[in-house]
Amino acid sequence: MADSPSSVHDVRAGLKAADYLAGESTALVAYLATKLGKPVLVEGPAGVGKTELAKALSRYLSRKLVRLQCYEGLDEAKSLYEWNYRKQLLRIQAEAEGTGWNSVHDDIFGEEFLLTRPLLEAISSPDPVVLLIDEIDKTDQEFEAMLLELLSDFQVSIPEMGTVRATSMPIVLLTSNNSRELTEALKRRCLYLWLDYPALEEELEIVKLHTPELDDTIARRLVEVVGMVRDLDLKKPPSIAESIDWARALLLLGAEDLDQDVFRETMSVIVKHRTDLDLVAERVGVRLAAGSRGGA
Amino acid sequence: MAGPRHSQDDPRPGGFAGNLVFLAEDLRAEGVSAGTSELMDAVSALAEVAWTEPDDVKEALAATLAKSPEDRKKFDLVFERFLFRASEEAAIREGVREGDASQAGDQAAGDDAAFDEADLRDAIMQAIRDGDEGAMRDLARLAISAFGRRGQGSGVIGVDVQRIRRSLGLRSDPQPDAPQGDPRREGLPREQLRRFEQLLRRELERGAIERTQQLPPSRPLADLDRGLPGSSLQDLQNVHKVVAQLKRRLKTQGQENRGRKRHAQIDVRRTMRASLQTGGVPVDLRYRPVRPRRPEIFVLCDVSTSVTSASVFFLSVLHALHDAFRKMRSFVFIERISEVTEVFERERDFKRVNEAISRDAGVADISGYTDYGRVWSEFREQVEDELHPRATVIVLGDARTNGRDPRADLFADVAAKAGRTFWLNPEPRLYWNYGDSVISAYEQYCEAFECWTTEHLEEFVKALTRPVR
Repeated sequence: MADSPSSVHDVRAGLKAADYLAGESTALVAYLATKLGKPVLVEGPAGVGKTELAKALSRYLSRKLVRLQCYEGLDEAKSLYEWNYRKQLLRIQAEAEGTGWNSVHDDIFGEEFLLTRPLLEAISSPDPVVLLIDEIDKTDQEFEAMLLELLSDFQVSIPEMGTVRATSMPIVLLTSNNSRELTEALKRRCLYLWLDYPALEEELEIVKLHTPELDDTIARRLVEVVGMVRDLDLKKPPSIAESIDWARALLLLGAEDLDQDVFRETMSVIVKHRTDLDLVAERVGVRLAAGSRGGA
Repeated sequence: MAGPRHSQDDPRPGGFAGNLVFLAEDLRAEGVSAGTSELMDAVSALAEVAWTEPDDVKEALAATLAKSPEDRKKFDLVFERFLFRASEEAAIREGVREGDASQAGDQAAGDDAAFDEADLRDAIMQAIRDGDEGAMRDLARLAISAFGRRGQGSGVIGVDVQRIRRSLGLRSDPQPDAPQGDPRREGLPREQLRRFEQLLRRELERGAIERTQQLPPSRPLADLDRGLPGSSLQDLQNVHKVVAQLKRRLKTQGQENRGRKRHAQIDVRRTMRASLQTGGVPVDLRYRPVRPRRPEIFVLCDVSTSVTSASVFFLSVLHALHDAFRKMRSFVFIERISEVTEVFERERDFKRVNEAISRDAGVADISGYTDYGRVWSEFREQVEDELHPRATVIVLGDARTNGRDPRADLFADVAAKAGRTFWLNPEPRLYWNYGDSVISAYEQYCEAFECWTTEHLEEFVKALTRPVR
C-alpha cells in the first residue's frame, strides 16, 4: 500500500511506524533508494542498526525481505542459482528410452530444474522485495564483481537459459562493517550511507521506543552511561541493540536507579570482553553514585 | 582552478550543472573520487528532493558523491567552503554590501550599550553550550565588531580568531574557579567551541572579502592524514584499525597457489553437475580447489630508541602478521637479536606483547644503539638452515647504524638465501641516507618501502601479497 513514498518526511514517519527511528540522512537515502532504484551501501560500526534498517524498510513498504548473509567463500551456487542436478539426472533416466538427446537437453535446462538462491529469488519475485546483502565485506572481491551485473541492470545471466531480467524493482541494501575496502566499481553503483552511533537524544528516543515502560530518568542515565562507555577505547563498544537489551534487563530487574551496584551486576549486558569489563568497571563504574545497599 | 572561475563579471558557465561540476572538481582536488557517473546520480537524486530543504539537498549530494567516512568528512568541509565562496562571489558580482546595515547596527548597539563585554560573553557561552547554530553565527559577528571597534584586528585571520577566543575566555577544559552556575565551570563542549571558531573565521573572511572586493585563493583542507608513528595515542587506534583490515586481506590474499592438478581431489558434486552437459557421462572432471599455502616469513623489528614511536606501530603490524601466517618467526633487535615468536603465540593481547618484549627480550647490550652488523650475523647464524627461496624476510627499521659498519655483505647473503626481502623504513624517503642512515647500502638487495602512514602500509601489503613469479 505504501509502495511509493512521496517525501522524505513520509519515509521517516513510515520507518518510525515500523519501530525504526531514522536520522535525517537515513530517511533521505532510503527515500532516494525507493525513487532512483539504486542500491544503497550502508556502512558503520557493528550494531548501529544497518540490518535493522532493511527489516524496517520491508515492514514499512510491506515488501518481503530477502536476505543474503555473506561469508568467506560464498559463491554463485549459493547466492544466485544452481541446477537441481539430482532432478535432472532422474529426468534423463526416466526418459532414457526413446527420447532424443535434443529434446531432453531442452527440457532439463528449464526453470523447473533451477534452484533459485536469494539473489535470483529477489529479482524474479512477482512482487517487489527488499533485498538485503548483509556484510558484503566478508566475501571475496570476485563475488563483488559478480554482483555488479545484478546491481546495475537488475539482471542475471544464466549461460544455459539466457538472461533473467527483474520482473519487479527490488530495493537493495548492502551492509558492510568496513573490515575490507570495497571495490570502487561496487561503490560507484551505490548510494552511500554512513550510520554512526546516534547522538544522546536520538538513542534515548530509540531506547524509549523499544522499552516504553522504563522510567525516563533511568533511561536517560542509561544512555549517558553507554555514551561514556563508548568513549573508552574498547575492543567492542556497546551497540544500540545492547543498549536496548540493557534497558530491558533493568526493566526486568525492576531497578529504580542506575547506581554502582546495579551497574556492576548488569554491566555484562553491554560489555562483552574480559579486558573491556575491567576497564569499564574502573573508569565508568566509579563515576556513578554509590549503591544504596553496598555504600558506607 | 583560478582564471575564468573567479573573474567578476562572468558567472560560472553551464548554470546549475556547471556549478555541480565545479563542486566535483573541488572534491577531486581533495582526493575524493567523484566520477561522472556519480555526478549523474547526484543530479537524478537532486530531482527527488525539495529545494527548500538545505539539509536534504546536502545529504542527497553526500550520498551520491562521498562514499566512505573519510570522503564524507571531506565532503562536509568542501561543501561548506564551496557555498561560502559561491555566495561571496555572487555578492561581489551583484555589488551587495553589508557595510551600511552593520554600521547602523553598531550605532544602535553603541547607543544603548546593550552589549557590554560580560553580557556578550555570557550569551556566547550559552549559545555554545546549547549548540544553537543561528545564535552562534549572530554572536560571532557581534564579537568581531566588538573587538574590531577596539582596533585589535591584526589582519591575519587565524591570529584574530584566537585573540577573540582568548579575550572571551572560551576554553574547553573545566575551570573549577569560575563562579557557580557559570558554564565555564564544566568546560565548554569541544565540538561546539570549534564550530564557533569556524564561524568567527568565516565572518572575518567575509569582512576581508568585502573590504578587498575579491576572493582569496581557496585554501586546501588541512592534511587529514597525519603521519603514523609521530603522534602516539589517538593514532594508535587508527593503526589498529588498519591492521585489522590488513589481517582480513592477508587471510584471503596472502598465499601462493600451490600444486598441480594431479594432487587435487575430485569434487564429485561438481563433476556430476558437469556431466549433465554430456548426458550423464563424466567426461571432464572437476577438482576441489587446492588449499593455498602460506609463505614462510621472517620478520626483524628494530625496537631501539631512534624508532621508539614507530616500533609500537611495527610491533602491532607484527602482531597482525602473526595471526595471518602460520609459519612465521619474529625477532626484535637493537644490538643483538632475540626471537619473540613465542611471545606472540602466547599472548593474544597486543598491550601485553608490548610489555613482555620490553621486559625480557634483552636486546640492548651496552650502548643501547642499533648495531646492524651484529644483528645480521646473529640472524644468519640462527636461521641459516631455514632460509630457502620460498621464504620472505621483512626488516622493520630506520637503517641508522650510529656510525657502525652496516655489514651489507652479511645482509646480501641473507637476502640471497631468502626468496624475497622487504625493508620497511619509518622515515620519509627524504631523510634516507642523511646522517647515519645507510639504507642505500641495503636497498640494492631488497625492496625498500617508506612506511609512516596507513597508506604506505597498504602499499606494502599489496607488494607482500602479490603473487610470486
